[in-house]
Amino acid sequence: MVHAAYLMALLPLAGFAVLVAAGRRLGDPWAGWVGTVAVVGSFVVACIALAGLLSEPASARHFSANYFSWITVGGLQVKVGILLDPLSMTMCMFVTGVSALIHLYSIGYMKGDPEFSKFFIYLNLFVFSMVLLVLANNLLVMFVGWEGVGVCSYWLVSFWHERDSAASAGKKAFIYNRVGDVGFLIALFLIFSKVGSLDLTTIFAHRGALGSAGATAVALLLLLAAAGKSAQIPLFNWLPDAMEGPTPVSALIHAATMVTAGVYLLCRVNSILALSPDAMWVIAIIGGATAFVAATIATSQQDIKKVLVFSTVSQIGYMVLAVGTGAYIAAIFLMVAHAFYKGLLFLGAGSVIHGLHDEQDLKRMGGLARLLPWTYGTFLVGWLAIAGIPPFSGFWAKSDVLANVYQKSPALWALGLVTAILTAYYMTRLFVLAFRGDDRWAAAVDGHRPSDPHESPWVMRAPLVVLAVLAFAGGILDLPWVHRDGFASWLSPVFAHTLYLAHEGAGLQVVLAVIDAVVAVIGVSIAFALWRRSVDKPTLEPAFLQRVWYWDDFYDAVIGRPGQAMARFAATVVDGRIIDGAVNGAAAAVRKGASGVRRFQTGYVRNYALGIALGLAAVIAFVISRVWWS
Amino acid sequence: MVVNQLPHFPFLTVLVLLPAGGALAVALMVNVRRQVTEAVGIAVALATLGFAIATTVLMHTGDGGYQFVSKHVWAASIGVSWFVGVDGISIFLVLLAAVLFPIALAGARSRTDARPFIAWMLLLEAACIGSFISLDLILFFLFFELTLVPAYFIIANWGFARRAYAAVKFFVYTFLGSAFLLVGIVVLAFVHQHQTGVLTFSLPALEHTRLASSTGILLFLAFTAAFAVKAPLFPFHTWSPDAYTEAPAGGSMILSAVLAKLGTYGIIRFDLNLFPQASRTLGPLLLTLAVIGILYGALVACAQNDLKRLVAYSSLAQIGFIALGTFALTTEGLVGGVLLMVNHGLVTAGFFLLIGWIYERRGSWQVAELGGLQTPAPIMAAAFTVVMMASIGLPGLNGFVSEFLVLAGTFLVHRWWAVAATIGVVGAALYLLWAYQQAFHGKPSPSVAQTRDLGWNERIVIAPLLVLIVLLGVYPKPVIDRITPSVNRLVDRVEQVTNVRQPAVATHATPPARATNASAP
Repeated sequence: MVHAAYLMALLPLAGFAVLVAAGRRLGDPWAGWVGTVAVVGSFVVACIALAGLLSEPASARHFSANYFSWITVGGLQVKVGILLDPLSMTMCMFVTGVSALIHLYSIGYMKGDPEFSKFFIYLNLFVFSMVLLVLANNLLVMFVGWEGVGVCSYWLVSFWHERDSAASAGKKAFIYNRVGDVGFLIALFLIFSKVGSLDLTTIFAHRGALGSAGATAVALLLLLAAAGKSAQIPLFNWLPDAMEGPTPVSALIHAATMVTAGVYLLCRVNSILALSPDAMWVIAIIGGATAFVAATIATSQQDIKKVLVFSTVSQIGYMVLAVGTGAYIAAIFLMVAHAFYKGLLFLGAGSVIHGLHDEQDLKRMGGLARLLPWTYGTFLVGWLAIAGIPPFSGFWAKSDVLANVYQKSPALWALGLVTAILTAYYMTRLFVLAFRGDDRWAAAVDGHRPSDPHESPWVMRAPLVVLAVLAFAGGILDLPWVHRDGFASWLSPVFAHTLYLAHEGAGLQVVLAVIDAVVAVIGVSIAFALWRRSVDKPTLEPAFLQRVWYWDDFYDAVIGRPGQAMARFAATVVDGRIIDGAVNGAAAAVRKGASGVRRFQTGYVRNYALGIALGLAAVIAFVISRVWWS
Repeated sequence: MVVNQLPHFPFLTVLVLLPAGGALAVALMVNVRRQVTEAVGIAVALATLGFAIATTVLMHTGDGGYQFVSKHVWAASIGVSWFVGVDGISIFLVLLAAVLFPIALAGARSRTDARPFIAWMLLLEAACIGSFISLDLILFFLFFELTLVPAYFIIANWGFARRAYAAVKFFVYTFLGSAFLLVGIVVLAFVHQHQTGVLTFSLPALEHTRLASSTGILLFLAFTAAFAVKAPLFPFHTWSPDAYTEAPAGGSMILSAVLAKLGTYGIIRFDLNLFPQASRTLGPLLLTLAVIGILYGALVACAQNDLKRLVAYSSLAQIGFIALGTFALTTEGLVGGVLLMVNHGLVTAGFFLLIGWIYERRGSWQVAELGGLQTPAPIMAAAFTVVMMASIGLPGLNGFVSEFLVLAGTFLVHRWWAVAATIGVVGAALYLLWAYQQAFHGKPSPSVAQTRDLGWNERIVIAPLLVLIVLLGVYPKPVIDRITPSVNRLVDRVEQVTNVRQPAVATHATPPARATNASAP
């Protein structure tokens, strides 16, 4: 059954091909159904493969196959193949599952869009690339998927390209990712030069050849790549702009799947990370810092999607922190739970935006609980899950991460705990502003009271309900007292010797979990108290936070503007005056000096050209005659 | 050397004579309807393509030596002969030229004076193919020089506003470079005659000339002067933005996609074969110029508002990658460099073809005057996107494979050059995505909104380029497998002469992957 795993990638690719060929003719909504069916098929294959893998004993859950040679030059042998093990299987399950749900949702959300079929072309290509990224058994093939999801993200963010902000956001996303790619590429070169292969199994078997400095370099270079893709410091600020894309895209690519690819990459190379404790510390600190910084920013945003996106950055920060701790299973657990509840929250936000006719400003919402009951009910689950209220999935996943971090570094644990309070706070603020209080959306615009918000059609509600169930119950994947035969034992063969095991007594674990629950309740309570009555609290939304710690302004001042000035200088002064000036100057000098031999210079290149032509014609005629008569 | 006498039919001679004869025929077709002239031109170019494909198919894949060799002495007294042959390196450049000329003739027709334009183009094709197959240095030089003539007239007669300046600059600059080449060739032949008593210009014979290291370096510099200008390498590039911009669309396509390859091809074929020691000694200098070209080309491209100039500077960066792979002198680097010559040809031809069509519709290639083209012309936008992504180096499209090989091959021996060049990959995304946003994204003005999308004829013309861009990205193996033996031969030769070996990982196959519980076919 595992042999058919490649179909997980091939089905969306086939969907893509069909839609490229006939998408326009199929039109709305049939193009959407074709895309959805392809991805649902992919999910079904994933389920079958999972069953196949589970039927094997734990030690044999490792399937690898090559399909064709892509690049073979000298010692560089790159084959396209897949590696199915518990890690990639877990990724595939939630990637294809969540993708299928979001495809379905998009049929409703994109209804009536003039580029309806094109949207599903990109979406199918995205799922193909993401599955390729996850399944690849070779780092270079993984890089193909890595870039594929990046370019789909570019196309989908700038999907409504007539809006300048959307076009710029897509470009920004691509370029930030490209900076990360430099890290990925150099890591590949370094691995190839030391190990002589880019095949994952071979690299892990011969990882000793990297040496400790080499391993540190590879780990840090891949961290740079992960920072680009997964929006971590210092490359996180493309993700907020990416919210310009249609909301299903934000849910699928910029919350549930693509942005976790960096975390997946780091988990995949865990045996290399294990060679470099220094790099692990850097990873942990980057993750912790990103989690905290993004959470502070999320407390001050007015746009419903902006709150959610900074929350995503912050949650991925937690995952990276877990990776840096060596708690890979906790990172994956959080990744899965996050895919459920953040996918749900974005889709819920999309439903709100849809219902309010493209209103995204929290301050112009309010009182929606009554009007959008399905959205409200499911959003409530997502909110409690991410806030970390037991027994929702987020509580278990976050507690697992924090309990591991506590053993590695109490300081990072404290930072994570502060972030947890902030998380509960900003999500509650969002929830209260959107669904409770007065119906501020009803404020008259141009003398007209806007029409009442409407609940979304069933294709949009059904994914919300499914994700709400998962977001509520996702915690059962890895409840602390079933570690032995749950998620952890399923994944542990992948991280055989590198997994950090926090040997905490049951008592300590319970204490830490209670602390987590208490801070979540504190965060929720503070937000309720502050935002229940008033929506206007400028002191709680300082410019420093609204402007994202001035991060964009800093890059603009330090890199953007000097870079532009340098480019202009290079184009006009260096190229125009110095290099070309030297060429033209030399020509002028020759003309001046050669006035004495004017007789030979008619001054027309045309004549030289003709001279050469005639001379060569004669020569060639001669050649041909000799060849033919010899 | 290995010389294979393959089929007796003189494929290579036909590959030169067919377009040359076609040029003559078209030139004589006075008072013939324009459509007929065009059809004849395209038919000749397509027939040439047919022969080029046949040649490629008939070649022995695993053989790195020259094949289809034919040699006829025609000026014994001065040692010059009609000596032609192809190997895995040159055949793909012949094929590239043969693919691009019919596309240029069909896709970038001249509005005025179609007859001489087509004749010059066919003559240019003959000269380009002739250069790629010559194994006699004088023969090469003649073809190399002959390319200048049609190129000059195409720019000067069918170009844009500053065509006169651009054409003269192009001609004089490259002509000056060639002067060094001619001197170099003659000196080398005399040194060889001095040692052996035989006056010959045959490349395989001259390879055995023993050169003092200083002589080798001087000759290397003389040859490289011509090739560096032609390619162009930084800092000899300033003719190219002017020439590419002022030439008509078909001229820009050929100039950048095929003619420029004469320079990089010359370096690989003549510099490395004739002066291995000097190539190794001066390698770091050339690598440095290549890396500067990559970064500088990207930087200057960022400041262009003009699509054609932007592509010209982007070409400077791409040529830098080719030179980087070449002077890395590793198997991966050189195979990547040769592959990149082909890939860059396809991509840059696609760019100039599309820009030409944009100009036909909008009368401008200033990005600021376009704005919002994607809404009225989605198919043109899609084609441009594919070409652009190939140029950026998106895996799955052709550019990535070659760029990766170049960088991986360079990293093995010159780590920091490769790292600096890798930073250049961010540059391509910066300026191309910026230009795309300016030209294609945004709300179209009322006049832009009327722009016609690509018609069926145009879609058919650009389709082969797009198909090749995807095919060579997904399955480059057939091409790589034919390039590699010839590159191996070249690398072996350089290693023997210089006594420096490339690292083992460059040549040794990887250790077998650990056995797994299951494996697929």
